[in-house]
Amino acid sequence: MTATVGQQAQAAARANDVWKVYGSGEAQVVALRGVSAEFERGRFTAIMGPSGSGKSTLMHCLAGLDSVTRGTVSIGETTVTGLGDAGLTKLRRDKVGFIFQQFNLLPTLTAKENILLPLSIAGRKPDPAWYDTVIETVGLKDRLDHRPAQLSGGQQQRVACARALVSRPEVIFADEPTGNLDSRSGAEVLNFLRDSVREHGQTIVMVTHDPTAAAYADRVVFLADGEIVSELIEPTAETVLDTMKKLDTAAEVGN
Amino acid sequence: MFRATLKSLLARKVRLILSGLAVVLGVMFVSGAFVLTDTLGRSFDSVFADGFSEIDVNVAAKPKVQVNEMEGEQTVAPLPAALVDRVKQVPGAASATGVVNADGARVIGSNGKVVTSFGPPQLGENWTGESELLKLREGRAPQAEDEIVINKALATAAKVQVGQKVGVLTAFESKKRDFTLVGVFGYSGDRDSIGGVNEVFFTTPVAQRLMLGEPDVFSSITVQAADGVSDEKLRDDVARTLGADFEVKTGEQVAADASASLKEGLSFFNKILLGFAAVALLVGTFLILNTFSIIVAQRTRELALMRAIGASGRQIIGSVVLEAIAVGLIASVLGLAAGIGVGALLAFLFGKLAGGLTLAGIGVPAAAVIGSFAVGLVITVVAALLPALRASRIPPIAAMQDVATPDRPLTKITVAGSLVTGIGAVLLFLGLSGNAGGQTLSTILGGVLFAFIGVALLTPLISKPVVSLLGAIFSWSVPGKLGRLNSGRNPRRTAITAAALMVGIALVTGVTVILDSAKGSISALAQDTIKAELVIAGQQGGPRPPTFDPGVLDQAKALPGVRLVDGEYGDMARIDGEGTWVAASSDIASLRQIFGAKPTAGDIDRLGPTQMLASSDTATSRGWSVGSTVNVQLTRGEARTYTISGIYESSQLTNPVTLPVTAAKDFAIPQPIQGFIQLDPGTRVSDVQPQVEALLADSPEVSVADRDAFIKQQTSSLDGLLTMIQILLALAIVIAVLGIINTLALSVLERTRELGLLRAIGLRRSQTMGMITVEAVVISVFGALLGVVVGTGLGAAVVEALKDEGITDLILPWGQMGVFLGLAAIIGVVAAVLPAVRAARINVLGAIAHD
Repeated sequence: MTATVGQQAQAAARANDVWKVYGSGEAQVVALRGVSAEFERGRFTAIMGPSGSGKSTLMHCLAGLDSVTRGTVSIGETTVTGLGDAGLTKLRRDKVGFIFQQFNLLPTLTAKENILLPLSIAGRKPDPAWYDTVIETVGLKDRLDHRPAQLSGGQQQRVACARALVSRPEVIFADEPTGNLDSRSGAEVLNFLRDSVREHGQTIVMVTHDPTAAAYADRVVFLADGEIVSELIEPTAETVLDTMKKLDTAAEVGN
Repeated sequence: MFRATLKSLLARKVRLILSGLAVVLGVMFVSGAFVLTDTLGRSFDSVFADGFSEIDVNVAAKPKVQVNEMEGEQTVAPLPAALVDRVKQVPGAASATGVVNADGARVIGSNGKVVTSFGPPQLGENWTGESELLKLREGRAPQAEDEIVINKALATAAKVQVGQKVGVLTAFESKKRDFTLVGVFGYSGDRDSIGGVNEVFFTTPVAQRLMLGEPDVFSSITVQAADGVSDEKLRDDVARTLGADFEVKTGEQVAADASASLKEGLSFFNKILLGFAAVALLVGTFLILNTFSIIVAQRTRELALMRAIGASGRQIIGSVVLEAIAVGLIASVLGLAAGIGVGALLAFLFGKLAGGLTLAGIGVPAAAVIGSFAVGLVITVVAALLPALRASRIPPIAAMQDVATPDRPLTKITVAGSLVTGIGAVLLFLGLSGNAGGQTLSTILGGVLFAFIGVALLTPLISKPVVSLLGAIFSWSVPGKLGRLNSGRNPRRTAITAAALMVGIALVTGVTVILDSAKGSISALAQDTIKAELVIAGQQGGPRPPTFDPGVLDQAKALPGVRLVDGEYGDMARIDGEGTWVAASSDIASLRQIFGAKPTAGDIDRLGPTQMLASSDTATSRGWSVGSTVNVQLTRGEARTYTISGIYESSQLTNPVTLPVTAAKDFAIPQPIQGFIQLDPGTRVSDVQPQVEALLADSPEVSVADRDAFIKQQTSSLDGLLTMIQILLALAIVIAVLGIINTLALSVLERTRELGLLRAIGLRRSQTMGMITVEAVVISVFGALLGVVVGTGLGAAVVEALKDEGITDLILPWGQMGVFLGLAAIIGVVAAVLPAVRAARINVLGAIAHD
């Protein structure tokens, strides 16, 4: 992919010829084969692909959770590749937000405390106006003093979204955020993510294998066998499904 | 099922090792105690067998007063020298030798200080020539009145050489007397001493006079059998000739008897060590209980699956118990091995301390092996039983559900805890108030045990408020707050972990409260009632208390500014057949004027040569009143009749019986042990003290101190005792620390995901470690707090019960308690190190991706 200087300034996260190889010799598995991609600021990008395509690995590498074998990854102005633990911690603290399939809330803390946790760890105070906006958007106003065990799955995931949003990170990485939710709760969360991009200019990168979920994104990047194979702008569930089917056929033909 | 159990056991190595370690330490204590006492016992056997190896038959007078190991040394009554000839004429006797052999020959080293033996006697004897056992290494035998020979170890310790003048204090002369050292001897096998005993040989007349107090007497007669006569036959023949007044024994018997009395002391020591082992094991039980509970909780899904595929509840119990048996067995073997090592090491150290006791080979008595396995297995299985029962109640459906461990209500456990605590309190009350009907000690111990278990059961209830209160200190930081919340997360787990620490800290606190109160009470009493500005006394280093020359008393009396001088003598006597401690004061006026005694009947200001005084308690219990006559047998001399002429009120400072000072010559130790000097009003202590010091130049065992220094010295033995108990209980605390490490390690394991998330959203490694550390510190400080409270309660109860015994002041060691709490915080930090490092190293990606 070619990119102009102007575009570079726009990218919230970027992968440049990223290789990820696990194991060595006979047991060697190549998860990513020279992936280069840019994730523009203020856009909602979905990464799709069949299982084993390397989509989760790509996200982990982008987020600085996993190291790359070759190539570079950067978030905003920061080059992630080569950072030590302290640097990575600071990066995660200041520039990255996460939403997981398993919600991952701390059971000992209330919803509000969970939402504010990244800020309190960093020793920062929330911007009250932004905090109110986030709470309002996720619709948890009357649930703030509840503990995770007292919340439904959808509510827990909304808490997790609020937690990611409240510190206004450079980019939010969402790993199958609707994987553990029923379709109604899933739709709520996705709507909410899309709104935060459209209304507040948040950047979100989401890994999913669900075409319906991917359709909420502004752009879908397709991965197969560790390589970017296709891309859709302004996708719908149908176009995503079609692309996936093509990829599957191609894979079968390849086999 | 068996295979499955084994597999799961292997999969849980680390946590089982940690809990097993608690059993290992407890078992180590048990087997170590047995190995130590067995080894020392056999070493003593061989020492005595050696010491008496050359004697075929030994003749001694029956002791006039039997004294047991706890009361002091047995002093033999002297035999008339003429008896030697009678023994010689017994058919079958090849030779008979009169022997002087008595404790109390103290050599003054080249530094002017008395050489102490730290336990073994310091014998003064008459030289009867070399033997198989005893050979001169240097010089010659003593021939003149002022010549001595001593054993090599003693010469080395005193730093004296043949030809030098050496000062010696003897049993009958506490004033230093100078001798010329003419020879140094050693023992067969190139030994410098046997069992640390110091020996000084004089010529026979000197030994008789200085060690036995009169000419022409011996301590015993050793008889050599003629060829072809057995020791037993000779013994019986000698016994028949001499009649019933004498103890006639073969050399072997003498050795066995001498060894047996020492072993009595050893078995007491053994019991004390086993007591501490019991404490360690109690703490270990908490730890194992906790570990198995956690393991069962973590395996809920797995166990439910087993149930779902057809395992019965009984099989589940069996599998958990089997795990416990395996852990118990391995821990017992390791504990036994470690105990043998520790026992051997302690025996070695003891041998060194006791002046080179030659150790018999390290033996492992059957009791050590049986004890180790019984204790190790029983403790582990009993501790695992409850978790096993819980495991068997897991419904098969749990395999299909989310692993949710709901907070079970604490009602049941709280009710049980209150009940058990109540039983403990009742037992304690019965035991301490003396209503336990002869079972006082076991009732009190049972009460303490129940109280501990009861409080441990109540702990989950208390833990919530206390832990959140304690944790509030750390809430200013995010990791601190998270740590606090984590420690309140599983109240049962936190409670048991803290309870384990509580036991050790409670015992230490309790003992400290009791000993401090005793010390404080005695000091206060002494301060209030001893009206002497100066005290003459020494530090006891062996079985014999330090003494001084009675001549000093008169000389001190003559010093300007001195109003009253009293020398105190003491002896174990038989009064109307019953062993009683008797004392004598050189100046009877001291009774009132120095010790504040008050008469309750008769006259206590005068004491005629056949009169005696008794304390009110003794008089009441023995049924004496003024005018009663009693028969008194002292260590030496014939029995005499005394008339009670006065009775004084009992206090901590009064003796049961006071005899006239003329009787002191028949005491086992015929010299004063302590001296009290009262000054005229207005006289400066610092003016008199150096003068008394000068008078004591020839009595190097004692020194003169002002009253406060004396009281401090007298109560310092309690400090030593306290330190020893604290060291032994430290083991229980170490085990509790293992418990904290274990609990934290398991918690870290359980919360891998959470820790991963925290790291993912920006928690630094150091903050992660801080969070774990706060959790550990909160738990350990909570445990220490419980321990201090429970210990203070127990200690205060005991002090209350001892009110009548003179412990009147309850003294709470605030400083010590503060130290314990501080220590607990440190313990928490230390215990957190490994789990914290582990938590900080968690791979963020692995933790989150893990399902």
